[in-house]
Amino acid sequence: MTVSRRGLLAATAAAPALMRVQDALAQGIAPRRGGTLTSILSPEPPVLQIGVNNQGPTLVAAGKIFQGLLTFSPTLEPIPVLAKSWTISPDGKEYVFKLQEGVKFHDGHPMTADDVIFSIMKFHMEVAPRARAIFALIDKAEAPDPLTVRLTLKQPFQPFLLMFDNSACAIVPKHLFDGQDYRTAPAVQRPVGTGPFRFAEWQRGNFIRLERFADYWKSGQPYLDAIIYRIVPDSQSRRLALETGQVLLTQGSDIEPFDVPALRGRPNLEVSTKGWEYFSPLAWIELNHRVKPLDDVRVRQAISMAIDRNFITQRLWFGVGKPATNPIASTTRFHDASAKIAGLDVKAAAALLDAAGLKPNAQGVRFTLKHLTLPYGEVWSRLAEYLKQSLRQVGIALELESTDAGSWARRVGAWEYDTTINFVYQFGDPTLGVERTYVSTNIQKVTFTNTGGYSNPKVDELFATARNAADAKDRQVAFSAVQKILCEEVPQIWLMEMAFPTIHDKKARNVITTGLGVHASFDDVFLTA
Amino acid sequence: MEASKLPGFLLRRGVKAAIVVLAIVICNFLLVHAAPGDPASVIAGQSGAADAVFLEQLRRQFGLDQPLYVQLWIYLKSVLSLDLGFSHRQQAPVAQLVLERLPATLLLTGAAFAFALAAGVTLGALAAQRVGRWADSVITVIALTFYATPLFWVGLMLVLVFSVWLEWLPSFGMSSVGVEMHGLEVVWDVAQHLLLPALTLGLFYLAVYARLTRATMLEVADQDFVKTARAKGVPEGRILRAHVLRNALLPVITFAGIQAGQLLGGSILVETVFAWPGIGRLAFEALLARDYPVLLGVFFCTSVMVVLFNLLTDMLYAIIDPRVEVAG
Repeated sequence: MTVSRRGLLAATAAAPALMRVQDALAQGIAPRRGGTLTSILSPEPPVLQIGVNNQGPTLVAAGKIFQGLLTFSPTLEPIPVLAKSWTISPDGKEYVFKLQEGVKFHDGHPMTADDVIFSIMKFHMEVAPRARAIFALIDKAEAPDPLTVRLTLKQPFQPFLLMFDNSACAIVPKHLFDGQDYRTAPAVQRPVGTGPFRFAEWQRGNFIRLERFADYWKSGQPYLDAIIYRIVPDSQSRRLALETGQVLLTQGSDIEPFDVPALRGRPNLEVSTKGWEYFSPLAWIELNHRVKPLDDVRVRQAISMAIDRNFITQRLWFGVGKPATNPIASTTRFHDASAKIAGLDVKAAAALLDAAGLKPNAQGVRFTLKHLTLPYGEVWSRLAEYLKQSLRQVGIALELESTDAGSWARRVGAWEYDTTINFVYQFGDPTLGVERTYVSTNIQKVTFTNTGGYSNPKVDELFATARNAADAKDRQVAFSAVQKILCEEVPQIWLMEMAFPTIHDKKARNVITTGLGVHASFDDVFLTA
Repeated sequence: MEASKLPGFLLRRGVKAAIVVLAIVICNFLLVHAAPGDPASVIAGQSGAADAVFLEQLRRQFGLDQPLYVQLWIYLKSVLSLDLGFSHRQQAPVAQLVLERLPATLLLTGAAFAFALAAGVTLGALAAQRVGRWADSVITVIALTFYATPLFWVGLMLVLVFSVWLEWLPSFGMSSVGVEMHGLEVVWDVAQHLLLPALTLGLFYLAVYARLTRATMLEVADQDFVKTARAKGVPEGRILRAHVLRNALLPVITFAGIQAGQLLGGSILVETVFAWPGIGRLAFEALLARDYPVLLGVFFCTSVMVVLFNLLTDMLYAIIDPRVEVAG
């Protein structure tokens, strides 16, 4: 049989999506037009222009206003959105996208290849760091006709397609941005995209209302009349809003993990942790390798072995997420299940610390580390307390420091910490979302770079090989090798493959259909009567 | 107060107030900038990806690449021309962001203030009149309970009872969204949303006013002029209103003046629990995001209010108690 593993995955991935509509029809639930979906955004986004702002809540709400060329299935196969089809040349350097016909922006202007090229080459290149790093590889961007875009790369780049999801490269209207400062253009305040919902009203601190775009390019869609995002800053109030039916959908960190079990028991609610496959956030204890003795591999191994990752996922996160096994999440491409970090073993951890020459004092303390608690909610404080207790068992005293988001970002960005917690999106491919944490060329005083300062020439080389190889098989070889090395050296202490609970009233259908979950356009979401 | 003294008094106090506000503005500016982190690093920290160019672009856009004294000078100049600046983070003028939140803030704090003052003074007076009896004990216990209970807890309990259990009132927000409403329907809708947060915020101050009124009334009731009035045969109700309560009101007014000055500041806790779109949350979120212009704008407005209400309180003293003279 010559079907590639990838192709097989694509086939099986596509099947449930098709089945769902048929299942629904079989049960007599045809998509119903009408109704308003109420949801929550927290924290409130500063602006809704993707690119200018890329925070989680921005991507959720603006994901209904803007669209990318593609989106991705839970197994990260591309799904057509504004690009109807695409071809990749055999040498992996030329990408040709055929655009959907009849696509209009919310102000009535037709969307053409010009807008697509402007969005890629000008807009996101200027405003978005993630896009800038990748789109710099584009040598030429041409539009042979208004519905065709041809991109020629300087060198093959296998994860290239992953950059065309809405969250990475939303297509913006050229006529509203060209020639202006993209960050301050009026369109940033009144976003205009091609998505199924148009921006209608924003009462700051209160709600954002999106309404159905009548000229949407998929006829008959979207089904909903409007989506309203309420701004509810307190997590207990958010839970009550969901329980009392005042909102029908919550996502991301809206609901604290410890509230999830109670909501799972509610007959009218559905709790899902799917829809984070594209982002696949991985949480870890971030170590600053400049702080002794964290530069000693035995110490890092000991810390890793002193922690019970099952406890963290089951008792702190109540099953939302799963224990990390290596630096690449199991939902990200090229994850190698055979590369595994050592499991919980307190005795072995103590032996490693003894071997490193770190003897306990009279109180049983070998050394003291500061820990900057991640200021993103109650559950992270609980995690810090758990880590303090479990590391104390092997003689490491953790001193917890609390902080706010601003100070956290500054201190991590300035390398002013011993240990902290970080969680980082992987964006589907290790080259896009994993490499940045471990290669020595990316040691920078900026958050989400290699702030820990880990450096290993062999690791650098393997990531470079994987980045430059045109063939997926060659990349897998390099990524497998690098996963084995990283599992040995544990430059960061991976804790958990994170997921966030999406909780919605069972009236709402098709809420999660892709690997982007609630970030999708919701053009197929409907409410049953 | 003699009318001829008033203009001079207002002028002297006005000049003093202006100096105070200016000093506050400078202090605020320096304090806010002393907090670790800046808006660029916060945005980078929340964006999931960043590079050095990105940070530099943001800092240039926000004007943070200038030395601090230049930034201060630019800010002072704009404040003196009554321009509160521009929030680059939210891409909107600060004055607009603050004004948008003002109606909601004043509605909540105003309602809570009126309720707390009226009910608090009444309960305090009742308790003082029935001192030592069961009504006094009940009022004192209630006042102590609300005084000692954290606001957010009271709020959550009210929500549990009235929204979740009884399903009478909405648990959050200021109005129903996405429903067509007209005239009185809107008023009724907002009133329903207002009740729980105003009650939560009001109960704390109610306790303060009740305790204050009771204590000062008992103090005044022992004084000679009250005994004289009673000896003259003045009816008990009139003694209470005209002799005791009026004299006891001065400390209450002092406190009410302080609270009135804070009306504009909103209440972060109550606004957070009830998702009320007020100014307290605007300031709090601006602080977390290091959105300096917004934070400074809110500080400026609230400090002007405090100064203004102190002035008003001083004048009110003179009206309630003619023995008090205003002085610059």
